Amino acid sequence: MSTPTRTPAGAPSSVGGPGGRIGDDAQRPDGVLKVRGEFAYASDLWMDDMLWGVTLRSPHPYARIRSVDVGPALAVPGVHAVLTSDDVPGEKVYGLELADQPVLALDVVRYQGEPVALVAADHPDTARRAAARIVVDYDVWEPVTDARAALGHPTWNQVHDAPAAVTELSRESAHLHPHGNLVRHLKVRKGDPEPTADVVVVGEYEVGMQDQAFLGPESGLAVPGEDGGVDLYVATQWLHVDQRQICSALAMPPEKVRLTLAGVGGAFGGREDLSMHVHACLLALHTGKPVKMSYNREESFFGHVHRHPATMRYEHGATRDGDLVYVKAEIFLDGGAYASSTPAVVGNAGTMGLGPYVVPNVHVDCYGAYTNNPPCGAMRGFGSVQTAFAYEAQMDALAAELGMDPVELRCRNAMELGSETPTGQVVDSPAPVAELLRRLVAMPLPPEPATGDDVDLRHMPGGVSNTTHGEGVRRGVGYAVAYKNVAFSEGFDDYSTARVRLEVVGGEAVATVHTAAAEVGQGLVTVEQQIARTELGVDAVVVHPKDTAVGSAGSSSASRQTYVTGGAVKAACEAVRGRVLERARGLVGRPAGDLRLDGGKVVSDLEGVALPLADVLGDDAVEETVEWRHRPTQALDPDTGQGFAHVQYAFSAHRAVVDVDTELGLVKVVEMACTQDVGKAINPQAVVGQIQGGTAQGLGLAVMEEILVRDGRVQNPSFTDYLIPTVLDMPPMRIEVLEYADPHAPYGLRGVGEAPNISSGPAVLAAIRQATGLPLRRVPVRPEHLTGT
Amino acid sequence: MEFLQPATWEEALEARAASRDAVPIAGGTDVMVGINFGRLRPALLLDLTRVPELQQWGTDDGAVRLGAGVPYARVITELGDRLPGLAMAARTIGSPQIRNRGTVGGNLATASPAGDAHPALLAAGAEVEVASVRGTRRIPVADFYRGVKRSALADDELVAAVRIPPRTGPQQYSKIGTRNAMVIAVAAFGLALHPDRRAVGTGIGSAAPTPRRAPAAEEFLAGELDGLWESRAELPPATAARFGELVAGAAAPIDDVRGTARYRVHALSVMARRTLTWAWADYRKGDPACA
Ligand SMILES: Cc1cc2nc3c(=O)[nH]c(=O)nc-3n(C[C@H](O)[C@H](O)[C@H](O)COP(=O)(O)OP(=O)(O)OC[C@H]3O[C@@H](n4cnc5c(N)ncnc54)[C@H](O)[C@@H]3O)c2cc1C
Repeated sequence: MSTPTRTPAGAPSSVGGPGGRIGDDAQRPDGVLKVRGEFAYASDLWMDDMLWGVTLRSPHPYARIRSVDVGPALAVPGVHAVLTSDDVPGEKVYGLELADQPVLALDVVRYQGEPVALVAADHPDTARRAAARIVVDYDVWEPVTDARAALGHPTWNQVHDAPAAVTELSRESAHLHPHGNLVRHLKVRKGDPEPTADVVVVGEYEVGMQDQAFLGPESGLAVPGEDGGVDLYVATQWLHVDQRQICSALAMPPEKVRLTLAGVGGAFGGREDLSMHVHACLLALHTGKPVKMSYNREESFFGHVHRHPATMRYEHGATRDGDLVYVKAEIFLDGGAYASSTPAVVGNAGTMGLGPYVVPNVHVDCYGAYTNNPPCGAMRGFGSVQTAFAYEAQMDALAAELGMDPVELRCRNAMELGSETPTGQVVDSPAPVAELLRRLVAMPLPPEPATGDDVDLRHMPGGVSNTTHGEGVRRGVGYAVAYKNVAFSEGFDDYSTARVRLEVVGGEAVATVHTAAAEVGQGLVTVEQQIARTELGVDAVVVHPKDTAVGSAGSSSASRQTYVTGGAVKAACEAVRGRVLERARGLVGRPAGDLRLDGGKVVSDLEGVALPLADVLGDDAVEETVEWRHRPTQALDPDTGQGFAHVQYAFSAHRAVVDVDTELGLVKVVEMACTQDVGKAINPQAVVGQIQGGTAQGLGLAVMEEILVRDGRVQNPSFTDYLIPTVLDMPPMRIEVLEYADPHAPYGLRGVGEAPNISSGPAVLAAIRQATGLPLRRVPVRPEHLTGT
Repeated sequence: MEFLQPATWEEALEARAASRDAVPIAGGTDVMVGINFGRLRPALLLDLTRVPELQQWGTDDGAVRLGAGVPYARVITELGDRLPGLAMAARTIGSPQIRNRGTVGGNLATASPAGDAHPALLAAGAEVEVASVRGTRRIPVADFYRGVKRSALADDELVAAVRIPPRTGPQQYSKIGTRNAMVIAVAAFGLALHPDRRAVGTGIGSAAPTPRRAPAAEEFLAGELDGLWESRAELPPATAARFGELVAGAAAPIDDVRGTARYRVHALSVMARRTLTWAWADYRKGDPACA
């Protein structure tokens, strides 16, 4: 593993100092516990008198419920409650963007695994056995399982301005929701509606359904409060959006529904929607006892949304010299049974679906559909992952058609500072797309592996399964580049709240940072500490447990928390510092402008004043709460999709080197190289970790990760057959981290987490195509695709 | 759920006879998955890990007698020279944790068509030694598999050991998975050359309702090797290719989430051809055991 280099070099990027400040590889406060297996995850929550809640789920992807008989379950000794939708006191449907998903099934179930009833019992096994005794009488319907068919688009539209072509199926049961099967249709129109070009390439692409595959399953503990409310300890990504939805279902005000973040074992978007939240609260309020719910691995596959499968048709037109003239694209995203975050995913796929290139004439239609497949919603990369497979394959196909080097074609059309995006937004911070690619090209290539008698099977396609000693193996190298919006877009009021306190405890200055921002493993708690240390000049920073006692921090998604909650913590620290220095000015009789905080003291460089904070604060604590917003974005024009919709872009590029056993269709990714501009690496080690993890997740989608759904039913809900990369699949990486500051962002930073997840997979695909000469229109690539079997 | 932990083989057999729906547990790498997924709710778990005989291997009657409870990790480190095919198969199984716990006995009793020990045992010509309070019997491994996850084991019997002739020539094992480690076989192939008997052994995994041999391929190759055993001359590429086709022809695979039937057939032909090529190259180099 190479150490990251940060460029441009110049000024030292680290402020330095004990404990770790901005730019340092600060140690995670939760790191040692996690490595030693001592960290308490949500599934470890425990109270002595607690009950266990379980969920009865629909076995059918689409059915009407004629009746539910809970009697047999209630009769099981040890059972304390059995609840159905009748027991939901408030709104019976919920949702992130559109309230269309029943807390518990109403009259119709729309996907396999939809929750129908709940049981609380004194033992999880008792609860499970009781749930199995609930009698549900289903009238089973034929599921709608194809997104294009659901929208009445069985064949590709001829890319016209013809939203009227979205006619829906006529069969009555084929209307999944009263408002039809269309969740959102985004149109992007720019430039000449009838462009022509010297060279045209057309391609159709398909991306399978990826799972977040977080390791800590959905878990939480609901404790009934003495005030008639409830306290919920839960693993989630956004406490306040959960709280809003729980309040609505329970018909309770926010003061009565208090949430605290429990240990989160990964999220990747899969915890943006509710899972067991309302269910556990309902059971706790009903029984008057604490109720724990914890999904097992199989249930987890049904308990959260997945990445939208996509079918896409792209047409790229270019001049003979390789300048893009136009791109037309049709993108269909299968949102499954309920809306979840499909509208926003459509927004991303539609606005950024052409990649980080300058395209003068644009015609994009992006659709999100309801079907009876598993609900799909947020996952790292959020709509950009799917389209990147298509647009990068198109760029390679275009380069081949033009006889041009694929990297050169990309650099020639690359966005840069000042470029206009397909949605008419001017890129107003550095966009080093071409540099990212050129740096990859300049990196040395890994050596060819030893074959024959000297073979080390671990380096061969197939690994120690001993399928080749070099026979049939061909190497390919592929490049891809991606961009991704950071934070919430399209006019969303995107803010975070931070409460910061500075006080002297036992003679030492201690800062406390209180936000509701979910630590999901990404290291936000470390970043909060680094910012407080830097801004307040103290070593000891306590991160308060994440809860709803402070205002919303927004979601731990969209690569946004270091930017937005980081911005809020910075602003709150500045407010605290202002007040402390104001006090100090009174004591030293100097203008505050010359004073700063450092080493637990108030310091003046001019006169060398060094006043211990104990003298300034005494027994007082200085506390400030700040709600901080990034600059506002705008909604897109509904007819043209034009507008200042995104606050910031993140850019990354990958080079993949793969060896393919062309005869057996097995793939060994030999090396992944990544270049990414992060504006400012607040914690360089954590940045590299994000790049490695994102790369692995993208690689997984490229070559193995897929939830297989047939007739609306999941075929592989376990890690036995939902495969994620192992150490023999994920190769060593070369990583170069660039730091071109974004002048609009705190410290100039850019969100990091998603971009590398987007460019990684397409680079792997490009490399496999180069090794095999096959077009490979579908991911994940299977041995069958590579061998024509 | 009751839990019994017999300390002797006799106690184990008696417990087995007394409670026919008891579930024996060795490494637990199949049993615990079944319990965790709610597919198994045993009234009684019969833990065999304290029975000393099951944890040992020795030689008996010219064969390696491998106790049913010897984990894969020990097969790899202790028996790689004598049982190279089984050791290679063991190396492909799961992860280090699984290889530390999982046993050949458990693999046999599960009798999954995808179990990795089977093709190697078939190719080597192993026998399964099963026992009950009624006595002990030996079953040629090819007769042991009776259907998808069904074996010849009676409901009062336990697997005592598997008896495997030590190699007399090169052996190979090859397995396809859609990931480079820790993967269930999409198709697998075991090959053993037996120069002492002028014979060829094969085993096919994950490509039929049970693990099975490829008899036509074995016969064909034995015929082609007639004379070559002595001369150690090069094997004509067409022979290896034909061998591959015949192995593939012995399979009866299905389409499932792990792969298509067509791919399995194709992959078997390639694995059979390649493993034969490697094995014959070793033999020509004067593979020490058959010098
Ligand atoms: C993560 C993971 C990866 C895996 N990867 C592979 C793989 O790559 N290849 C592969 O082939 N398998 C794999 N397996 C399956 C499993 O590890 C093997 O089948 C293993 O050989 C089972 O052995 P065990 O000792 O753990 O059996 P157990 O789970 O203890 O028992 C398995 C079965 O055998 C019965 N049994 C055990 N011992 C006896 C006995 N002496 N007499 C009678 N019945 C007995 C049990 O009742 C049960 O039915 C994997 C499992 C896991 C969890």
